[in-house]
Amino acid sequence: MMNNQGRPSSAGGSEPHKLQTISGDRGLDHEEGLIFELGRPGMTGVDIPEVQLSDTRLAGVRRKSPIGLPGLSEPEVIRHYVRLSRMNYAIDAGIYPLGSCTMKHNPRLNEKMARLPGFGDVHPLQPQQTVQGALELISQLMRWLTTLTGMPAVAMSPKAGAHGELCGLLTIRAALEARGEKRPRILVPSSAHGTNPATAAFAGFTVDEVPAKDDGHVDADALEAKLGPDVAAIMLTNPNTCGLFERRIREIADAVHAAGAYFYCDGANFNAIAGRVRPGDLGVDAMHINLHKTFSTPHGGGGPGAGPVVLSAALAPFAPLPLLVHDAKGFRFVEDRAAAPEGAKPFGRLSAFHGQMGMFVRALAYMLSHGADGVRQASEDAVLSANYILASLSDVMSAPFGGPCMHEALFDDSFLEGTGVTTLDFAKAMIDEGFHPMTMYFPLVVHGAMLIEPTESESKESLDQFIHVLRELAKEAKAGKRERFEGAPHLAPRRRLDETAAARKPVLRWKPKDLPQAAE
Amino acid sequence: MRYHPLTHDNRAAMLGKIGARDIDALFRDVPKEAVVGRSAFDLPDHQGELEVERALSRLAAKNVSAGSVPFFCGAGAYRHHVPAAVDHLIQRSEFLTSYTPYQPEIAQGTLQYLFEFQTQVALLTGMEVANASLYDGSTGTAEAVQMAQRITRRPKAILSGGLHPQYAETVETVVSLSGEVVRAPVLPGRAEDLAALIDGETACVVVQNPDVFGLVRDLRPIAEAAHAKGALLIAVVTEAVSLGLLESPGAMGADIVAAEGQSIGNGLNFGGPYVGLFATREKFLRQMPGRLCGETTDADGKRGFVLTLSTREQHIRREKATSNICTNSGLCCLAFTIHLSLLGEEGFTRLARANHARASALADKLAKVTGVSLVTPSFFNEFTLRLPKPAAEIVDALAAKGILGGVPVSRLLPHDTSVRDLLIVAATETVTDEDCDAFAKALAEVV
Repeated sequence: MMNNQGRPSSAGGSEPHKLQTISGDRGLDHEEGLIFELGRPGMTGVDIPEVQLSDTRLAGVRRKSPIGLPGLSEPEVIRHYVRLSRMNYAIDAGIYPLGSCTMKHNPRLNEKMARLPGFGDVHPLQPQQTVQGALELISQLMRWLTTLTGMPAVAMSPKAGAHGELCGLLTIRAALEARGEKRPRILVPSSAHGTNPATAAFAGFTVDEVPAKDDGHVDADALEAKLGPDVAAIMLTNPNTCGLFERRIREIADAVHAAGAYFYCDGANFNAIAGRVRPGDLGVDAMHINLHKTFSTPHGGGGPGAGPVVLSAALAPFAPLPLLVHDAKGFRFVEDRAAAPEGAKPFGRLSAFHGQMGMFVRALAYMLSHGADGVRQASEDAVLSANYILASLSDVMSAPFGGPCMHEALFDDSFLEGTGVTTLDFAKAMIDEGFHPMTMYFPLVVHGAMLIEPTESESKESLDQFIHVLRELAKEAKAGKRERFEGAPHLAPRRRLDETAAARKPVLRWKPKDLPQAAE
Repeated sequence: MRYHPLTHDNRAAMLGKIGARDIDALFRDVPKEAVVGRSAFDLPDHQGELEVERALSRLAAKNVSAGSVPFFCGAGAYRHHVPAAVDHLIQRSEFLTSYTPYQPEIAQGTLQYLFEFQTQVALLTGMEVANASLYDGSTGTAEAVQMAQRITRRPKAILSGGLHPQYAETVETVVSLSGEVVRAPVLPGRAEDLAALIDGETACVVVQNPDVFGLVRDLRPIAEAAHAKGALLIAVVTEAVSLGLLESPGAMGADIVAAEGQSIGNGLNFGGPYVGLFATREKFLRQMPGRLCGETTDADGKRGFVLTLSTREQHIRREKATSNICTNSGLCCLAFTIHLSLLGEEGFTRLARANHARASALADKLAKVTGVSLVTPSFFNEFTLRLPKPAAEIVDALAAKGILGGVPVSRLLPHDTSVRDLLIVAATETVTDEDCDAFAKALAEVV
């Protein structure tokens, strides 16, 4: 047992957090300069032998001036990035309830598997007979994705959700062209992710917005009224961004098909229904699946992701290159339109090579670990946890649509009315309590939105603690204790940052002191 | 199920709090006929870590990994040595399991490395500003062309015949929606005259350097020709290590640089995930796609970083955004940034020199094989050989001898019969003298 005799049992002094330290660091919180402000010329953290070089094969364009990179040894570089890492919140450190983002646990087995040399150290253009295991893995993942969605085909090359949307819309465009039709308009609900209208515009369509009803569902009547011979597709998120399952989904799909249009489903929220509902049964023609959401490949501070797109029989022939085929000689990618199998009319190519293999390995490891039973359980627990939060907070916060919800609980800011506290203040106060805030001000269809997605990865104790803190914060706001909220966070590595100044006079890179910074 | 913390009792208690009879009650908005049971899925049940590891290891073992054989493949993806510290650091929970830094106060780690990444990319490319990454080099090239179309308000893009054919197909697929794409003839080993193709409708000329055959060229004449007619020069780089030895695209007059950053910090990964580097001139900043990280101060006056100029982006501008990109390549940027920080000026330029020296020696050795000639008079760490037989056959024969001897051009241009005998060979610092000897010996046997 530790000898505590003579140790003061309480912290001495008052308001220790106001202590000004000599170093500027505060305990475990270290301030850290930019890598460019560290190091010294000539130093390196990688030992590479010097070689004699002739210039004869460099076309006269050998670099003449230095690049300007700093020189550091390995321990200095490691310390720098370890210190930076400690300024980040992470799902491994606490609940990360960002609605629409699906911050669930990232199993480490998946990291280990992606780093097996047979997956991580394989070149995309090696002879195909030397990568049969990699192709078989992709084939297995395709089978999981088509089976879980009840769709006949899947395009694997899209690199993220928005890239999947582009893939879906280009497939639809190709299918329409094959029918000899040019339909310029895409219907997008007002509650949609920003990527939906951006992708539609990117793919050369015009965007027609469909309003939401007061109950958070898309206005199906308004949607059907907008259908016509110039509509190529609708882009609908289901469950939608209010965390609700679109009740009239089958009817909408039928109307869309009757009008000769296609149903694109934004699959960002597939994690609410995987293993229980198959989008193919709902009349979906194309849907991207964010492997970095539903199937838990790590978000990595903003990527990489992967966005395979499942396709209906009507769209499958138009899937982009490359196409994975399996015959007597084994697996092989068809990388060329002319060599495509009978009936295939690929619309083109979305990127070099064949997609995010590193994410495929992780996603398949997730699926094999969970199994079909575990995938279903994950969806159910995600929905259960969101409803538990909704039920536990509805009396102190304001839930515009009541319950039940799907995998995320939506609140608006009406409970803060008259308190002087905004959604932003409320969210930032959560940081002081040790939590990452929920998604704020999205979806756009409710005022001051707060969208909470707990995922299936939280224990009940973790949920209860989160609920307790939010209840108390809501009470504090209503009790007029504004100082806790104004200017929050107080206890994070940084206080509120001046985003307006950042945009007005952008400083987007480090420059040596004697060079002027860019001015607007 | 090891990943699910809720117990049976927890679930019952939570349903009680909600006031729901069972879990089905929470799915009441789902049409009854659309709800399926376990039997609807012909898929296995959950398995332990040991079983999953066994199954995936078995698949991995069916592949010939690059590190297990003499290895010479390039053509857009390169095998370099990545220091152990890189993979260790990017697997720290705080980097690996964080989201896009939407709450800057608790994401300064991510934001600061993005700021460092942007600076490194700007320095390497010789440009004024760089973004916080795109998916990869090929999609970045398509974005660059669209950006040039917005800036010049002209429809046409001219693609050099030396542009990686899969990049060219990516550009064609995306850009043909909004404009016209002209692909110049493929002339392996020669710097084609693109100036003659530029007219008043031309938004941009896209030139890869070193090109897909490995050829290094001076971009200045084509930059001048493009600028003289009001068009932009987009420089594409698929081997970022080359920037340690060659003049930067910015110094040679490029207006936009779209590059693949895989070869710094990132593995081959059978084609992805990779990291798109994207840089341009300050004056084109507002037309740039993708996220940008900027410096600012917090309420206490301390320096900090935030995502900025988001009025170009989809979550604010929706259909008027400069791109639809959202998730990009965060963790791959981090690997790039750490690797480049470890290298520093000294290490990076040495690495580049070592690559060129290695490739140069190998080219000399292979060109001595009877019937084999070197097609590219200039190159960095990759060159093209003309063989007396179709290159795809040679590559298969070499693979049978346990050598991954490069990429046949026919893999990239299957319909161009004039390139069937061309082989693209890359040699980085990972290649040994023994590898080169084995390659030369085997090549002599199979040609």
